[in-house]
Amino acid sequence: MRIELEKRANPSTLYSVLSPFLALGLTVIAGGIMFALIGKDPVSALYSFFIEPLLDIWSLHEIAIKAAPLILIGAGLSICYRSNNWNIGAEGQFIMGAIAGAIVPVVFHDWHSPLVLPLMLVFGMIGGALYAAIPAFLKAHMNTNEILTSLMLVYIAQLFLDWLVRGPWRSPDAYNFPVTRDFAPEAILPELIASGRANLGFAFAIIAAVGLWLMMRYTLKGFEITVLGQSERAGRFAGFSSKRMIWFSMLLSGGLAGLAGISEVSGTIGKLQPIISPGYGFTAIIVAFLGRLNPLGIIAAGLFLALTYVGGEAVQLTLSVSDKVTRVFQGLLLFFVLSCDTLIQYKIRLVFSRLGQSSEGGAH
Amino acid sequence: MSAVGASGGSPLLAVRSLTKLFGSFAACNAIDLDIQPGEIHALLGENGAGKSTLVKMLFGVLAPTSGQILWKGEPVRIPSPGAARRLGIGMVFQHFSLFEALTVAENIALSLSPGISLSKVAEEASRLSHLYGLPLDPKAHVADLSVGERQRIEIVRALLQNPELIILDEPTSVLTPQEADRLFETLAKLKAEGRSVLYISHRLEEVQRICDRATVLRHGKVTGACDPRQETPASLARMMVGSDVASVTAAGTNTKGDVLLEARHLGVPARTPFAVALKNVCLKVRGGEVLAIAGVAGNGQGELFDALSGEYPVPEAAAVSIRGKAAGNLGITARRLMGAGFVPEERHGHAAVPALPLSDNLVLARNQSDRKTFLAGGVLGVIRHAVVRIASKRISETMDVRKSGENPAAGSLSGGNLQKYIVGRELDRQPAVLIVNQPTWGVDAGAASRIRQALVDLAKAGSAVLVISQDLDEIFEVATEIAVISEGRLSDAYPAHELTREKIGLLMGGMYGKTEGEVAHAH
Repeated sequence: MRIELEKRANPSTLYSVLSPFLALGLTVIAGGIMFALIGKDPVSALYSFFIEPLLDIWSLHEIAIKAAPLILIGAGLSICYRSNNWNIGAEGQFIMGAIAGAIVPVVFHDWHSPLVLPLMLVFGMIGGALYAAIPAFLKAHMNTNEILTSLMLVYIAQLFLDWLVRGPWRSPDAYNFPVTRDFAPEAILPELIASGRANLGFAFAIIAAVGLWLMMRYTLKGFEITVLGQSERAGRFAGFSSKRMIWFSMLLSGGLAGLAGISEVSGTIGKLQPIISPGYGFTAIIVAFLGRLNPLGIIAAGLFLALTYVGGEAVQLTLSVSDKVTRVFQGLLLFFVLSCDTLIQYKIRLVFSRLGQSSEGGAH
Repeated sequence: MSAVGASGGSPLLAVRSLTKLFGSFAACNAIDLDIQPGEIHALLGENGAGKSTLVKMLFGVLAPTSGQILWKGEPVRIPSPGAARRLGIGMVFQHFSLFEALTVAENIALSLSPGISLSKVAEEASRLSHLYGLPLDPKAHVADLSVGERQRIEIVRALLQNPELIILDEPTSVLTPQEADRLFETLAKLKAEGRSVLYISHRLEEVQRICDRATVLRHGKVTGACDPRQETPASLARMMVGSDVASVTAAGTNTKGDVLLEARHLGVPARTPFAVALKNVCLKVRGGEVLAIAGVAGNGQGELFDALSGEYPVPEAAAVSIRGKAAGNLGITARRLMGAGFVPEERHGHAAVPALPLSDNLVLARNQSDRKTFLAGGVLGVIRHAVVRIASKRISETMDVRKSGENPAAGSLSGGNLQKYIVGRELDRQPAVLIVNQPTWGVDAGAASRIRQALVDLAKAGSAVLVISQDLDEIFEVATEIAVISEGRLSDAYPAHELTREKIGLLMGGMYGKTEGEVAHAH
């Protein structure tokens, strides 16, 4: 017996629109089953996971803080994925952006100027973009697979950061803890509103997502991205270069990941330390797909995934379950999004014929 | 055995009101068909007439919605190709299913039940191939074989099952006229042995030449059953199309202008292991001329189009010139700005993006040549969708593109309508140079005649038109000059009225200046 996926002639438009919500529903159900299996009351667990964080100002700010990098990275990745370039290494570009941006407040910590913050942000973008330039170069000129190269570069970035904060950049005043010196006040990203910690990073995320949405919808560049993503050959016929598109999309997504990195470090953490991201670069992949690779959808998806982080922390406290539960939810969500999309486009067919029979002739 | 003699007995295969529905669409609608033992029976029809669907039901690939298939008078159900083979039905598909990296014998063995030794297969295959005049080397790798030879593998593969009925789907579409002649000899042998052949084609001359009877399909229904030899090509075409097809008025009396398109010693190495290298291609097209390039598929047509369109520019600027300016090293956008237009062979994913609406597919080809009209906002490049939609509507109206909505996805159009749009998209610009690869491949007769007439009219208006085509009928309809491409080499161009099919056939085989006798033994 063999399982085949057969393309549906007319995939339902209704279900295509509903797919992310369907995936959400299935995730919640599967999550409830998971809570029940580990002996917790599923209803109250799901309540504290998904509802409670929405009910107080403090956790709404936390959601905005966590959504900012997810949306920034996810929006950049959506452009990449739309153009058929598969940057999986946003986590590494996030870290490299954070490191590059931190050069100013860590190395030149005696320099005090209003220029410090803008310079940090620019450096952050450049750092992320340059790190993404490595897989871009390898793909454009050596024909390597960017999925592998960009992913492997993540681990290099993580270890490089680890080495920096334990070695050359370790703060002299930190009693040998592996952290850099605290950033000076002018190197800290200002808060958005007085009521809580949410910082300008969230504004960057919204601006970037709306900007990219406008680009995709109205400009020739957006058209070029769509065409090259659907058919390289048609893009070539239109006079678009897929090589240039590799560079454009990788540098753009890398730059936005870098901006997310420096915004996180400057706005939330205030220094460099060995771990600066709970996997934002990877979670943003889920955000991009949950948001239908549409930058506006990604804003909503980013907020929801941020809720899973905050909710995960909440159930950790109230029900004393492992914080791994957050990753499980995110994994479930990606699984259901992708399978809903697949089953809307394809139907499953079981083929019972013997192998020998089915290989006869070219009856297609 | 003649058609008259055979019709006395009971038919080998009979089909009674066979129907296949896809949703509410009837691809085959109450088809009746009788095939007598020992006859070559033609199944005629345009693309989309239901020929393939019918044949797939006979070969067990598709299950009929209703109706009956009778084999030697007995009702049968054919659930799979294997069942069809066991009954005694063999089929040679239009698109071969061969593994290029394997040998002939290995490819044949793959279709047989496991456990038969390869040497036995090779022995049997070479016995059959000699018996039927289909020379084949069982040890040869498929990748090294010509299309005609690959087709022989498929035929031998079908013959190994000792079938009583052999179905051939458009077998000559990939053959030179000489290769086709050899195929017809083989078919005559099969017929002499009392085997039946169901021969699917839309080439009327062939059908008249070799077939005893013909069944004509249109829109899934039988519109005629006749003896093709009693009919004229025009009467057969009328049965196929349902009305008289407008004949193309050729551009015989054009005034010749300047050389607008020229290739000088154009050489391009093969980009991939399966590509063809272009060798020293020289051609000139003047304003008012239609130069048609004939040739069997896979002899460098695609590569020539790529080099002339600038999708893959060449290092030497002088190798290609457009309107007297060197353009060899320029990309497709620059060449468009010099006044050239292009229509590639593949509609889906090359000339058009199927998932995008028609108006976006207009932007695809004209985003720079019509930058002033279609784009706003300077460097931002904001697409003026409203303007593009109006232009798209104009093209659809001019070319009579039939579509389901105002601006549907390109992929939802039928092949003929999409092709009309793609050609119209270029004609709308009045290009000085138009380069078209396989303009009417897989297009219905009505649309094909419309497209051909448009090409001829463009040349009449003073443009230079280059048509690359495998279809000799088309070439003779539109061309003022004809050249032939073979293994990446281009022959000299001859005035169309000086060439015959036979001469073109010789050039297709790359047999410059050899006698016909030598050619016949070349394969």
